[in-house]
Amino acid sequence: MAVTHQHEVVIVGGGGAGLMAGLYASRGADTAVLSKLHPVRSHTGTAQGGVGAALGSEEEDRPEWHTFDSVKGSDYLGDQDAIEFMCNEAVSTVYDLEHMGLPFNRTKDGKIAQRPFGGHTNNLSGKPVRRAAYAADRTGHMILQTLYQQCIKNKVRFYDEFQVMDVLIENGRVCGAVAVELASGEMHVFHAKAVVFSTGGWGRLFETTSNAHSYTGDGVVATLRRGIPAEDMEFFQFHPTGIYKMGILITEGVRGEGGVLTNNDGERFMERYAPTAKDLASRDVISRAMYLEMSEGRGIGGKRYLHLDMRPEVVNKYAEADGRTWPDGSPYRVTGEQLLAKLPDIIDFCRTYIGVDPVKDPMPVQPTAHYAMGGIPTTIYGEAIVDEHNTIMPGLYAAGEVACVSVHGANRLGTNSLLDIIVFGRESGKRAAAYAKQVDFPALPAGPEGRVQQQLQALRQGDGAEKAAVLRKEMQQVMMDNVGVFRTEQGMQQAVAKVQELQQRFRHVRAEDPGMVFNTDLLEAWELGCMLDAAQVTAEAALARTESRGAHAREDFPKRDDQNWLKHSLAYLESGAVRLRYKPVTITKWQPKARVY
Amino acid sequence: MQVTLRIRRFNPEVDQKPHLETYQLEAEPNDQVLDLLNQVKWFQDGTLAYRRSCAHGICGSDAMRINGANRLACKILVKEVGTTITVEPILGLQVIKDLIVDMEPFWEHYRSVMPFLVNDELAPEKERLQSPEQRARFDDTTKCILCAACTTACPSFWADGEYVGPAAIVQAHRFIFDSRDQAGEARLQVLGEQMGVWRCRTAFNCTLACPREIEITMAIGEVKNAIATGKRD
Repeated sequence: MAVTHQHEVVIVGGGGAGLMAGLYASRGADTAVLSKLHPVRSHTGTAQGGVGAALGSEEEDRPEWHTFDSVKGSDYLGDQDAIEFMCNEAVSTVYDLEHMGLPFNRTKDGKIAQRPFGGHTNNLSGKPVRRAAYAADRTGHMILQTLYQQCIKNKVRFYDEFQVMDVLIENGRVCGAVAVELASGEMHVFHAKAVVFSTGGWGRLFETTSNAHSYTGDGVVATLRRGIPAEDMEFFQFHPTGIYKMGILITEGVRGEGGVLTNNDGERFMERYAPTAKDLASRDVISRAMYLEMSEGRGIGGKRYLHLDMRPEVVNKYAEADGRTWPDGSPYRVTGEQLLAKLPDIIDFCRTYIGVDPVKDPMPVQPTAHYAMGGIPTTIYGEAIVDEHNTIMPGLYAAGEVACVSVHGANRLGTNSLLDIIVFGRESGKRAAAYAKQVDFPALPAGPEGRVQQQLQALRQGDGAEKAAVLRKEMQQVMMDNVGVFRTEQGMQQAVAKVQELQQRFRHVRAEDPGMVFNTDLLEAWELGCMLDAAQVTAEAALARTESRGAHAREDFPKRDDQNWLKHSLAYLESGAVRLRYKPVTITKWQPKARVY
Repeated sequence: MQVTLRIRRFNPEVDQKPHLETYQLEAEPNDQVLDLLNQVKWFQDGTLAYRRSCAHGICGSDAMRINGANRLACKILVKEVGTTITVEPILGLQVIKDLIVDMEPFWEHYRSVMPFLVNDELAPEKERLQSPEQRARFDDTTKCILCAACTTACPSFWADGEYVGPAAIVQAHRFIFDSRDQAGEARLQVLGEQMGVWRCRTAFNCTLACPREIEITMAIGEVKNAIATGKRD
């Protein structure tokens, strides 16, 4: 028997988007935030470099420039009305965070400090602009802490370490969610008028990733399994600078502060690929350039990595060559101490994990799976969309990485993920509460926990011929090799076949732990099931798209094809098969043109 | 290299009391202790329970006692701890299962110090101004990830779990010295009470345990000083 709770709004996920949604929803409706981790453990906390907003603290900047940069960054797949909304809201939302207490770094005159980031430019000069508001290199940590603090202050109701496994939809509207309490293993049914998904991404699909172990796609798969489509799943971002072999993120802020990428010849190779933006071109462009350098034998010592160099003498050499200046016009020069003060965490990571001191030696880096551009399709208010006509599912909302508004299109700009979570977390929270106030509680179906019980029962009673850890590793390898930075028809077909094989083998998995209390073995097996579904949808959506756009780069179709592919994919998962539909991109001011950095 | 991993196990559904279990593993010197726990869980014994998430020292899930010292399992490497490694739950909080403890008393202490900015003045249209010097005043304590390594390394906390503990004081410090905050007096009052800062005997265990290298003992000293002198500078 399940324990039943009732809240008008249930928020699933306690990271930045979920906490922002929780803060705003709880002002208008009885709200609960459910999270499989304690909220402060959420992946938002690992974001480093900054949050994008045209505050103009340090130099001239405008929301219109931010909007255009994001449209261009998205390779014209982002919906321009949504991007414009986000970039306009960015300014007041970042000030809102400051008022909540976020300890941003400061300029000399006490304003929020800002640093350059990839793809963010002064649209008149084409030069990098200081748009990323930051708190050292722990901006995500400070956002997560600040929002959690405000939730404590405002007495938001939390259910910590509750794993949501199903969303309840009855008679065409949402009526709740089903969760397992990890501490007891008990099933809990949350009867609700509105459910907001803010569960983050699924980087654990890939072998090398910057993402947390918990990033397993539970949210997007829970809705897929209830007939809600997933949008643009073929677009997954590989961040250029993960620590070699480990995937741990080294912020783009390193390059914002003047660091450069070099190959085995010591050459700053980005000058060849992006003559204007160079090391601050957008992430897809740089990751591809790195792959090409490595495949042409210019990886360091012939290996599959390159150098990210932020030694002060190197930073200063290239700053001089580029004619870079401080906002006051004086030549840009840095010391090791200044870099340490601005980037303490990544220096600590390098010292701890690879014994490299970035102020004295270059860092070994390779592209690392980082961010899902796709997800649950939503309006700019976080309302979930169920088809190509933008029909809304009453009571269902999504925000943050799990959602696809779409503001990132085919490639997200750095700093726009933290912006996304605060802007759309707030919108979805407000809208969910307003909706909840207009409607009565819908009736719960009989035996609402039945589906989850079946899933868990199957994992407890499998024949044990397969091990979850083995299947997970095989999935991660094939996704990394075949659905990674460069893709081909043959490779993706292999990936689709492999994931299908793994789906069959998954039926033989049995959780070894028969217990109830903190059965993380059972949970990990269930998460693997989610990842396999997400991998299947990702691989099939990628195989279908016969062009190259943003993070989806095909060797066999190397050009963008606006004639046939300027459209979003919507993938449905029906009885184990993927069905694809498409919907148009919203274009307001900017017709697609060639993308040059 | 061959590693012997000893883990203090406790399954509340089966065991009367905890016991040490030994596992033999093949490991690399650069492996994290968390990698070893994962190896055991994924390939030897799925029932092993521990918290983990980001796996690079930021989320704060995996504080545990490793060869007797509080560490994050993902931020300590095999080469730093040798080939015989003993892993136990952090002390002073009740063990629920294996390496998982009940964190609720820790969060209760956290909530008791008003860990949030209080400023009742109407917010300006833009940011509240703060000089780089004012910002630097509380920089160190903003790094805290609430992993509990400090509090559960503190002899005063072991002696009496009612003591608010170093992590909560760190959180209070972060606001007491923030020029934008107005509730410093109220926090100092809470921390001046019997179970506040004066329970600290400057053992320095907290500072040694902190995976973020926060100068915790110094922060506690600054709070003590503010209470004693009534001045915050």
